[in-house]
Amino acid sequence: MSENNSKSGPSLLEKGFASIKQNGQAGHQTEGPDSLPLKMEVKNLDFYYGKFHALHSINMGVPENRVTAIIGPSGCGKSTLIRCFNRIYELYPKQRATGEIILDGRNILDPKEDLYLLRAQVGMVFQKPTPFPMSVYDNIAFGVRLYENLSRQEMDERVEWALKKSALWKEVKDKLNQIGTALSGGQQQRLCIARAIAVRPEVVLLDEPCSALDPISTAKVEELIDELSDDYTIIIVTHNMQQAARVSDFTAFMYLGKLIEFDSTDKMFTNPKRKETEDYITGRFG
Amino acid sequence: MNGLRNIDVNLYRKRRIVNFLILTCSILTTLFGLFWLVWLLATLFFHGFRYLDLSVFTQPTPPPGESGGLANAIAGSVLITFMGVFLGAPIGVLAGTFLSEYSIRSRIAPVIRFVNDVLLSAPSIILGVFVYEIVVVPTGHFSGWAGSLALALIALPIIVRTTEDMLKLVPNTVREAACALGAPRWKVTVAIIYRAAKAGILTGILLAIARISGETAPLLFTALNNQFWSSSLNEPVANLPVVIFQFAMSPYEDWQNLAWAGALLITISVLMLNIIVRTFLRTGK
Repeated sequence: MSENNSKSGPSLLEKGFASIKQNGQAGHQTEGPDSLPLKMEVKNLDFYYGKFHALHSINMGVPENRVTAIIGPSGCGKSTLIRCFNRIYELYPKQRATGEIILDGRNILDPKEDLYLLRAQVGMVFQKPTPFPMSVYDNIAFGVRLYENLSRQEMDERVEWALKKSALWKEVKDKLNQIGTALSGGQQQRLCIARAIAVRPEVVLLDEPCSALDPISTAKVEELIDELSDDYTIIIVTHNMQQAARVSDFTAFMYLGKLIEFDSTDKMFTNPKRKETEDYITGRFG
Repeated sequence: MNGLRNIDVNLYRKRRIVNFLILTCSILTTLFGLFWLVWLLATLFFHGFRYLDLSVFTQPTPPPGESGGLANAIAGSVLITFMGVFLGAPIGVLAGTFLSEYSIRSRIAPVIRFVNDVLLSAPSIILGVFVYEIVVVPTGHFSGWAGSLALALIALPIIVRTTEDMLKLVPNTVREAACALGAPRWKVTVAIIYRAAKAGILTGILLAIARISGETAPLLFTALNNQFWSSSLNEPVANLPVVIFQFAMSPYEDWQNLAWAGALLITISVLMLNIIVRTFLRTGK
């Protein structure tokens, strides 16, 4: 969508600047991504869909408790990259990754890595809302019950906490027993975010979480990301450069399966080092 | 848009004519199909309805010349059919689950799928003879169990197929979302995918019931028939299809009349099952 923005590109950029200034987050944005403690470190990551070489030797560090955005035109490998971070790609045969992804000092691409525990530690929210065909309450309790044995009251509190955290509590507190698929699209997506954070992961992966949402729901999700970044390491894939500028501390620009540039968001949007980044951000290609 | 000015009148007219021809052909073929169906149902109602009275449901099959009903055959049919589904459904659902959820890396899955499709179109009489050979001959007698087993073999491929198809309709994004929470695959399948495909899987089972409740050939070789009430599935059990077969072929008029009533009864039950399936699918979504 937004890579076809040949006509709206420059204004996007201006808005991007404006929102960075409004954000008032410039404090930690001026630091480079490598000067902060890293939650995750990607080393020489290559990814293949069968014979297709989708990611080429990606190297990047993901700072802890910050929001890192991944931008780039469609098909550049953004989603592929974050699908490596919880190894969800392993649901499909013929998809494989080589290299290393270090999370808390261990290589999660190691075949010995416990996938279930990894996914409990690294939560994910997808492009399309995916409520389970069960009540709102059970949607959130499902993931929690997998790893924790909570009393009824503790579970109630956890569900309420997750729903409040994802700005959905007020809207659904009287319909917790209603089936999750009956909510509106925006509510469903916030339910999915609540479900992901209810298991208390340390890293949250967001794969274009707002692409199916209207502007109001998008704004709510963005506020949520901002709030969550105090406690969680967040990696968001987005098509929307304004969104990257608004919500992220660091931005990675990918193109044709390669990581072109990775820096603090304000540097990326004001003074990109690479020509390709500048062209993309200003809407000259993509 | 001023496209109308540049319109190619001949092209447009040709398209209209082709449209008319195709539409006419499809209406005619539909009417052709409906004609036989309506004729069949009308005959069935005309002959069967007047013999369908209370005694049909309360009295067992009579000897020629005496009054009676089909009660033992109805009960036997229901029993054999449900035991057949009871045997076939769990295996069918599990096999369908394997094919849809677990076979992605497996080389044997395409083979299973192919064999299942062959079984799906195998003539039911062959399944009947097969069960005759492996159950009736060794045990030395016809039995309700053999009948249920034959029907289970007919129901099995239907249930495997619909279960796989219905599970595959659940979007992969839902599987990913559940796996991304750290859920093991069996938990994803049982707690989420089954729930999402519930209506479809039950529909498959109901359709299998509808299919096997009218099967005659396999029962001729297995459950056979029983003039009286059966006390157990270990002996021959009366059932509607075989009673209809036997009575309709007989020279006795009252037996023939009962066969009409039985035929109507089976048709109505299968029709009802299909209607239930449809409403079920509609409300289940």
